[in-house]
Order: sequence, then C-alpha cells, then structure tokens
Amino acid sequence: MLSTREKELIAEIWGRLTPVAEDIGAEALLRMFATEPGSKTYFSHLDISPSSAHLRSHGKKIVLAIAEGAKDISQLAVTLGPLQTLHAYQLRIDPTNFKFFSHCMLVTLAAHMRNDFTPVAHAAMDKYLSAFAAVLAEKFR
Amino acid sequence: MVEWTDFERATIVDIFSKMQYEVVGPAALARCLIVYPWTQRYFGNFGNLYNAAAISGNPMVAKHGTTILHGLDRAVKNMDDIKSTYAELSVLHSEKLHVDPDNFKLLSDCLTIVVAAQLGNDFTGEVQAAFQKFLAVVVSSLGRQYH
Repeated sequence: MLSTREKELIAEIWGRLTPVAEDIGAEALLRMFATEPGSKTYFSHLDISPSSAHLRSHGKKIVLAIAEGAKDISQLAVTLGPLQTLHAYQLRIDPTNFKFFSHCMLVTLAAHMRNDFTPVAHAAMDKYLSAFAAVLAEKFR
Repeated sequence: MVEWTDFERATIVDIFSKMQYEVVGPAALARCLIVYPWTQRYFGNFGNLYNAAAISGNPMVAKHGTTILHGLDRAVKNMDDIKSTYAELSVLHSEKLHVDPDNFKLLSDCLTIVVAAQLGNDFTGEVQAAFQKFLAVVVSSLGRQYH
C-alpha cells in the first residue's frame, strides 16, 4: 500500500534518475549478474560485460520503464500492458529474478544516493518495485 | 563446508575492519523495522516504534542494532565454520526468542543496503556478491537448529 507522499517521493526520485538511466540500469544489471549467476542465462544472446553497449542500452530500457510507471502508479497495469505480454509470452523470465533485480536496484540506489536513500525512501521504493514486478508477471499464467 | 575465494575472505575482513558498528548496526535494524514493519512484532518492549523517525531515534533499537552487528564478528573470525559458531545462537532464536528465520534474510538485506550507502562506489558488484554470500551463510547457520 503506497501513501500519497510515498508516490510523490518515488516519482521524484525516478524523475531525477531518468537522465542517468543508462548508468543506473547497467549497474543494477551488473550487480544482479554478480550476485545471482542464474540470471545471466537470460542474456546468453547479448554481450553483458561491464560497459558493453548491450548492457547499457538494456539497463536504460528497464529504468525508463520503471520511471514511466512511477509517473502514475495507479495506472501500472495499463502502462505495463505491452511489457506484460512481452515478459509472459516471449521472455518468460522466472519471476524470482524480478526480486533479485529489485534488490540490486535498491543496492544501486543506496550506493548512488548514500544517506539520501533514507529508510522511508527505501520502504517506498521496495513497495513500488514489488508492485511493478507483480504487475509485470500478471499475464504469466 | 563453504568454500571462500581469497577475494571473498579479504573483502569480508576488509568491510568489517572498517565497520562503524555504532552507525551501521542501529541503521540496519531501524531500516528493517521501518521497511518491514511486521518485524516489530519481536520488539514489543522497545517503546516508541510508531513511525520512521521514532524508530530511527529509539535508543533501544540503536543498542540492539550494535549488538547484532557485533554478533557477526565471530563469523568473520571463523569463516570456515560459521555453522557451529552460531549453533547456540540458532537454538536461542528458535527456542527462546521464537523468531521466524525468514526475518534473518530481511535484516541481512537491510544491512547490505546500509553498507552500500556507506561505501558508495566501493561497494562493487563483486564486493556485494561476497558480502551477500557471507550473510547467506550466517542466515543459514542461524536457521539450522530450528525444528
């Protein structure tokens, strides 16, 4: 359950991070690959070495989708409709990986925002990313 | 037995040698109580946990957070047998404290995030992996004596 204040906070944070979407996205992905090697199996067709073009463009895509969703969280199911279909029928990523990625995104935010990543911001962000992942997985079955 | 690479051993020793226990411990426990409010169930006698500010300023939370973090020191010194190092603590958490072991993972995730905020870019993906592996072993050992 997200309060109005939390939704504002989330929208504000992602608004600030949109210009560095590539950096944030790539870092979160790299952290996931380092900590959960199984997640790499979904990227066997791409070059996911640090600073590779594939990694950065992919990271950017993900962060921009998260940022877009943050603009109107009550409309997540609408905003994510096409991505839901993509993940369910084409990508078919095991949803536990969404949890791993969300955690690594939180760690990335902590490493970048340092003390600005307050417990309140962390709680709000964790809730948002969980909701995002749940909506993304809705068409899986 | 857990296999540790030289990098992993060095990373864990390094992180804890620079650890500011009185900052990180309280911050990690407070964060856990704020981000996962149901964990407050184990701290009924800690006084005011009404909101994030109260939790972050609560002296009992701070003291306990420091205690918990120092509890990891034994694992750092005995990385090759963390399992038996925590056998007693595992029994305590199960039989006396009745803590659901899923909570250990929640606290360890919060600790990871606090350490990430402290170290910034030094907390690379590889360092994160080593730190998470270490905490996973601790968490597993703490849950081992439950039945």
